[in-house]
Amino acid sequence: MAGLSLDLIALQLFAGLALGAIYVLFAIGLSLIFGMLTVVNFAHGAFYMVGAYAGLSMLMLGGNFWLCLVAVPLVVGLFGLVVERILIRPLYGRGIDYPLLLTFGLSYVMVELVRIAFGKTGYPFDTPEILQGAVNIGVGYFPLYRLFVIGATAVVLLALWLFLEKTSFGLIIRAGARDPQIVRVLGVDVSKVWLIVFGIGTAIAGFAGLLAAPLQGVIPEMGGTILAEAFVVTVVGGMGSIGGAVLAGLLVGVVVSMTSLFAPEMAKVSIFALMALVLIVRPQGFFGRAGLMS
Amino acid sequence: MDGLIQPPPRVQAAPVSWFEFATRHRASIASLVVLVFPLLMPFTALAVNILIYGLYALGFNLVYGYLGLLSFGHAALFGTGAYLCGIAIVHLGLPWYAAIAIGVFAGLVMAALIGMLAIRTRGIYFAMVTMALSQCVYYLFYQAIDWTGGENGLRGINVRTIDVLGFKLDFMNPMIRYYVIAAFVIAAFFVLSRILASPFGAVIEAVRENETRARASGYDVTLTRLITFVLSGGFCGLAGALQALHLSIVPIEILHYDTSGIVVMVALLGGMGTFFGPMVGAAVFLLLENLVSLWTVHWQLIVGAIFMICVLFFPAGIWGTLISRGRPK
Repeated sequence: MAGLSLDLIALQLFAGLALGAIYVLFAIGLSLIFGMLTVVNFAHGAFYMVGAYAGLSMLMLGGNFWLCLVAVPLVVGLFGLVVERILIRPLYGRGIDYPLLLTFGLSYVMVELVRIAFGKTGYPFDTPEILQGAVNIGVGYFPLYRLFVIGATAVVLLALWLFLEKTSFGLIIRAGARDPQIVRVLGVDVSKVWLIVFGIGTAIAGFAGLLAAPLQGVIPEMGGTILAEAFVVTVVGGMGSIGGAVLAGLLVGVVVSMTSLFAPEMAKVSIFALMALVLIVRPQGFFGRAGLMS
Repeated sequence: MDGLIQPPPRVQAAPVSWFEFATRHRASIASLVVLVFPLLMPFTALAVNILIYGLYALGFNLVYGYLGLLSFGHAALFGTGAYLCGIAIVHLGLPWYAAIAIGVFAGLVMAALIGMLAIRTRGIYFAMVTMALSQCVYYLFYQAIDWTGGENGLRGINVRTIDVLGFKLDFMNPMIRYYVIAAFVIAAFFVLSRILASPFGAVIEAVRENETRARASGYDVTLTRLITFVLSGGFCGLAGALQALHLSIVPIEILHYDTSGIVVMVALLGGMGTFFGPMVGAAVFLLLENLVSLWTVHWQLIVGAIFMICVLFFPAGIWGTLISRGRPK
């Protein structure tokens, strides 16, 4: 333990925040969709993976990373709109399990289609040149790209917050999450709102996949692992709560990062231990409504 | 008018319809089918797989079909049964019957551990929490390399002969292997049928149909759920143990979340909450897998598409649709 300085711990904390930022983006889309549509999107990991592959193909075709940051969420979000309209909409009102099962089947189809198009083996994803290298953040040198991930996540969160809190459409979304029936009575076409929310949620998933690609490479199965971990985030944060997803996402990132410093073999298990603890002490999660879960 | 007081209608023993007959003797009928089944299959190894996956789906169906809780973590129960059965043979040198007993027990214990945490949530959260916990079990077994072989899987589960009451059976012979495994599956049929026919079985379905009313009737809903989940773990642990004996290796993929997903597909394909559904689902699913893999390696694409079509258009599954058509009105 002599080699562990405070600086090292601080650096690891930052690494955890960067990892957590990806969790936050992923879980926020999941939470947004659940809060509105009461659909647990089991294909969320597949949308995340599609985002990474969409970025990869754009770079191959000669696009640059900055263009990808705008185009990938648009492409993945559009795909999400199509999926909601054609596949998920017929299942509303037929029990909460059906959309879950359907998106589960969809994730198989999406992963296999990507395997057909790009092959089973993964691809490396180069960090854009400007974001390579490390900067001194006071406690030591920290990879610039990870700093960028944290920054980009903050921007998306801010934009989402402004959209939900300051626009009239955001008002409808928040009202719809609380009581869709009243919103419908007031003359709002709720199904259109649901469509757009699903599109936004999947667009953010695609964006998260793109951001994660330079950190871990791109493989067809990349969405499966993060899905289970994002479930931990949503259970810890409280399902359907955006603030909860942010706090729990960062917490999970930091927990993984810290355990990999002190007990690397326990890093993957630690977040599930965290979830078990939360389930015992506070089953509804940090910001979940009591009674919703137990 | 012959008089105001009509004689009570004579209670006539209604002719027993085929449906009631099939329901009453479901375990025996299923056993008979299992006994002649390998004669209808192209090769026996496929029949063995169908038996094992059918048993696995039977255990899963108890939780999803009868209790109404969607679990996405049954791979942990199946896989723990397989690993512990394998460990008992490879590391502890125990005989095959003791290893199977340990596999069943491991399934029960794992189900109790996962159940106690996951039962604190309900509805859709149950699916998420069970999936996350089974992912945790995956990592734990992955890291216990000394016991489980880690990434390479647990190898060397060699059971060549099986002693039954002094007879030595050649477990390497596919037909004998089939009937040894079938004996356990048939026993499971009778146990499950007995559980479902018991008053406790009625409580299980009452909880599914109306939780509030079940609670108001004085039943402990949480305890019923936990016990049912643990019982399901016993069936899945048995299926896992048989799988370990059959494959003579336990691959780490057995704990992967795909294994949890497959059982959901099998049970839904066959028919949720029906006694024969899981077996029908396993037979159709594995036959289809064999057929499709003859002409394409992209089997998952077809599986996913078929599953989506099922969810959209045939949520009752094959057997469920058949009995709703054939059931006398």
